[in-house]
Amino acid sequence: MKNGLKKNLTVRLLHYVRPYAGFVVGTVIFSLLYVAFVLLGPVLYGKAIDAMIGPEQVDFPTVYRMVGGFGICVLLAFVSQKLMGNCVNSLCYRLIRDLRRDAFESLTASRIRYIDSHAQGDVMARVVNDVDIVSDGLLQGVSQLFTGVMTILATLGVMFFINYIVALVVVVLTPLSLFVAAFITKRTFKSFSRQVKVQGKLAAHVKEMIGGQKTVILFNEEENSCKKFEEIDAHLYQIGWRAQYFSALTNPSTRFVNAVIYAFVGVLGAVFCILSNGGELVLGALVLSGFTPGMLSVFLSYANQYTKPFNEVSNVVTQMQNAFASAARVFEVIDEPGEDLSGTQHIGKVRGDIRIENATFSYSPEQKLIEGLNVDIPAGSKVAIVGPTGCGKTTLINLLMRFYDLQSGRITVDGIDVRDIPLDEYRKMFGMVLQESFLAEETVAWNIAYGNERASREQIEAAAKAAYCDYFIRNMEHGYDTVLTGNVSVSQGERQLLCIARVMLADPPMLILDEATSNIDTMTEMRIQKAFHKIMRGRTSFIVAHRLSTILDADLILVMNQGSVIEQGTHAQLMDRRGFYYRLYNSQFAK
Amino acid sequence: MKRYFQYLKEYKLQCILGPLFKWIEAALELLVPLVMAAIIDTGVANRDVSYVLWGGAVMLLMGAVGFGCALFCQRSASIASQGFGTNLRNAVFRHINTLSYRELDKLGSASLVNRTINDINQMQSGVAMIIRLVVRSPFIAVGSVILCLLIDWQIGLIVAVCSVLVGLVLWLIMHKTVPYYSQNQKKLDRLAQITGENLEGARVVRAFSNREQERERFDIAARDMLDNSIRIGKISAWINPLTYAVVNFGVAIILFLSGWKVNNAVLSDGEIIALINYMTQILNAMIVISNLVSLFTKANASMKRVSALLDTSSSMDEGGREKFDFAEPAIELRDVSFSYAGTQQYSLRDVTLTVPRGATVGVIGGTGSGKTTLINLLPRLYDASKGSVRIFGHDVRTYPVRELRFLFGVVPQNASLFSGTIRSNLRWGNDRATDEEYEDALKTACAYDFVQEKGGLDQPVGEGGKNFSGGQRQRLTIARALVGKPKILILDDSCSALDFQTDAAVRSNIAALEGVTTVLISQRASSIKGADIIFVLEDGKVVGQGKHAQLYDGCPLYREICDSQARAEE
Repeated sequence: MKNGLKKNLTVRLLHYVRPYAGFVVGTVIFSLLYVAFVLLGPVLYGKAIDAMIGPEQVDFPTVYRMVGGFGICVLLAFVSQKLMGNCVNSLCYRLIRDLRRDAFESLTASRIRYIDSHAQGDVMARVVNDVDIVSDGLLQGVSQLFTGVMTILATLGVMFFINYIVALVVVVLTPLSLFVAAFITKRTFKSFSRQVKVQGKLAAHVKEMIGGQKTVILFNEEENSCKKFEEIDAHLYQIGWRAQYFSALTNPSTRFVNAVIYAFVGVLGAVFCILSNGGELVLGALVLSGFTPGMLSVFLSYANQYTKPFNEVSNVVTQMQNAFASAARVFEVIDEPGEDLSGTQHIGKVRGDIRIENATFSYSPEQKLIEGLNVDIPAGSKVAIVGPTGCGKTTLINLLMRFYDLQSGRITVDGIDVRDIPLDEYRKMFGMVLQESFLAEETVAWNIAYGNERASREQIEAAAKAAYCDYFIRNMEHGYDTVLTGNVSVSQGERQLLCIARVMLADPPMLILDEATSNIDTMTEMRIQKAFHKIMRGRTSFIVAHRLSTILDADLILVMNQGSVIEQGTHAQLMDRRGFYYRLYNSQFAK
Repeated sequence: MKRYFQYLKEYKLQCILGPLFKWIEAALELLVPLVMAAIIDTGVANRDVSYVLWGGAVMLLMGAVGFGCALFCQRSASIASQGFGTNLRNAVFRHINTLSYRELDKLGSASLVNRTINDINQMQSGVAMIIRLVVRSPFIAVGSVILCLLIDWQIGLIVAVCSVLVGLVLWLIMHKTVPYYSQNQKKLDRLAQITGENLEGARVVRAFSNREQERERFDIAARDMLDNSIRIGKISAWINPLTYAVVNFGVAIILFLSGWKVNNAVLSDGEIIALINYMTQILNAMIVISNLVSLFTKANASMKRVSALLDTSSSMDEGGREKFDFAEPAIELRDVSFSYAGTQQYSLRDVTLTVPRGATVGVIGGTGSGKTTLINLLPRLYDASKGSVRIFGHDVRTYPVRELRFLFGVVPQNASLFSGTIRSNLRWGNDRATDEEYEDALKTACAYDFVQEKGGLDQPVGEGGKNFSGGQRQRLTIARALVGKPKILILDDSCSALDFQTDAAVRSNIAALEGVTTVLISQRASSIKGADIIFVLEDGKVVGQGKHAQLYDGCPLYREICDSQARAEE
């Protein structure tokens, strides 16, 4: 990642941290206190040990004072560590919440083009998982890094203060542990990424084969599927045990480096104790203050814990790299520009005259779709859209609903250019029932009242009755309060009926409907037909038609092929023309 | 647990030597503070520099030997646990492949995938940890306490009490946070759900201009999650400070007592340093043990799930050794009833029907009327609960089940393809077929043209066949079924994504195949109109059978279906 980008990300993250500056200050203060008290402890008990010179020579007042001081240090370290933990947690979780909220807000405002062109799983991972990685890596990471570095520095400081020669030995040995840590991290990372790849391959095979296990059985393919699995698994074994081995090296290596430092410090300290004479340590020209067993105990206790922060620091570095990558992904979502909600023209009561004038549109510049389209729809007309599968019927809906904007030309409602009407107000003029009926995992009543939060229970039930869904809703376990989870069986057709009820309750002046093609049982389909008929009465309606009766009823038929409207007129006019519609009609409907 | 030993059998050596070497390392580590104590108490006290240097050399040597032992152990553990995982995974995957439809329905594919991947991984790391740490950590903890007792039994008792207290703290906090963690997952799922709905239903949200309401929904869920996380954080933030405090107050008490003991010449400086050192070691070991406990709890839960899967055996036997009698009717059902759950709730009820060899049969009925259930009984994907299903003269249970299935070419509803190439998918039907035979099958299924257009048989197929349109997928699965030259061809609503023209062309190509008995299931009356016999199903019962004209007059349900669709199709 480029440095500029990283800097930019840091600035933006700091912006998110700012409201919680109090917690940041708290974290810094408490972790400084914690480090100070933790390191001061051994110094005090070292002094206590030195006060126990030998039998009958123990200086009890000093021992009491030092042990008492040590106890207070422990207590203060205990309190500051707990408070530090609270501060870090509060900061992290709040930041996670804020990032998620902003990412989600951006999603709800984003353009349909963004949602259509990005894999849902990926966008979801950004909102859900990446945010966690950011907080883990950056906040916990930074606070660990801070404590770790402070511990190292303070440890060195105290050691130099007590005896700089022993301290120097520790400093010289330090790169050893850094080198070991770096070596292991690098090898681990490499073998882990290889392992992740093979594991992914294995998981993909399992998902695909077990997902299609019934087909596997049907074709007697069990043996082949197992063989393929075993092949990948054998590969995973070869790579996997090495990856495991490298990652398992960390702890023993740390212990070994610790042992080396411990031995050196121990020997040197012991020798210095021997050489010390009456409070002075004379090494040739050097004169240092005397070295005691108590001081040695301080060094040994430090040496035991000394390499731990180094390991933590090297872990944090990888974590932070991941966190920056995730932060970039989250900010991509947050930065996604939203829809243009402006507009000053308010329509008030809608009549429903729609004109499309000279419209041009395409999803990508290379492929032209709609060019110079003109359609005139008087209020209250029924417009049927027909054409072979994939002819671009959804494109027309996209344009009418302003999910996508025209490149040139314009659409007007009651003579007003739709771009001048505030988007939210404009879309509420349409009721939309698509084939892939979308319902949320909430109660039935909630779903019917979607967009009409203030609807009463009576109104909801009335709409359900009008849309012929009352009968199956009442058969559900909790009636209107049944939550539509995956366990509740609602057929595709019934879902569409619920969507019709939802639109009935909203009572919009114009409609966009999508007739079902297949996999709906006959009775439900008849109900949907009847419900469609009922709501279309008196409203300007667009209907993607698969039924002959719908076409014959229509005031205007738009015939689409390969993305654009190629013919328009009534059924009789179009049949007379003997063009595309004529052929389509004969092959699709007149069998 | 015993059943899992067989997967470790070839790694016996690693399982024994690994812990042994780890134990040597731990023992050496425990001795280090004693050597240090000797250096201080003997070397320093006697001003004997060479003693000190020897002591240092011994410590370095112990460190190096310990390191070597640890490396050997880690290597053994990695090999054994990965090998265990590999063996177990293979066994589980093979086991899944012995299960029949009934067990697959019961277990569900998501849970099977989960067990094969995640649960076995969990068990694998359990094995690794047993080899690596189960010997080490308790040994260090207990050994430290014992050595302290040996140095001074009174102080040793204090050390023992501290260790128990540390254990108690760890256990209590883990115990307290567990329920919150599972709640946290639920709350996170809720956030994911709302996000997913706003992606999938983006158009609906916008059509109703419901942006604000959705944000509010998300905010409430996010707030909920925040509260729960902070609650967990507050509790688990006690772990480090509390254990630190327990151990170090212990140290303070030890020092306090040591003053008296040193004064009375029962304890030396070196021994005090060793005691403090052991306290730290105990703390580290206890923390590892608490992590182990949570790891083993997870591994144990995983093991139970995997065991449950391995205990599930196929409800279907391998069948008898009967030979097909091709002169007999292709399909015959005698009073067949079937229920998925094995209860009285039948999905098929007393069905009796006969299909002569070479006939084309249509099956029609609403969703849930039992059409798919009916055809699932034919290749013995399920066994009938009552009655007899007979293919070519004998009950299906009397044939070897694999041979029986080779007789059939089935195109399931929601046809799925598998990643690979077009050829590798067609191979499923018959792996010895020639290119010509593949091409013939593609032509019959009206798939030849688009396959050619895409570049031929070796063109890649993505997961689930995503790189093909719904209609293309259906035609490819029809071709896959045809490659095996089946005696009985079953199409379960397999042309729903085709336009009427292609649908008709595929049907007439299939009708032209010789000696093939064809069963067509459809929602479209027009697709089965021309069949030799049509069966009309309602609520698992056959409510009409005969040719189109007969049924139209004699079966009210059939007439209703035809009429409702005729309005569309005339």
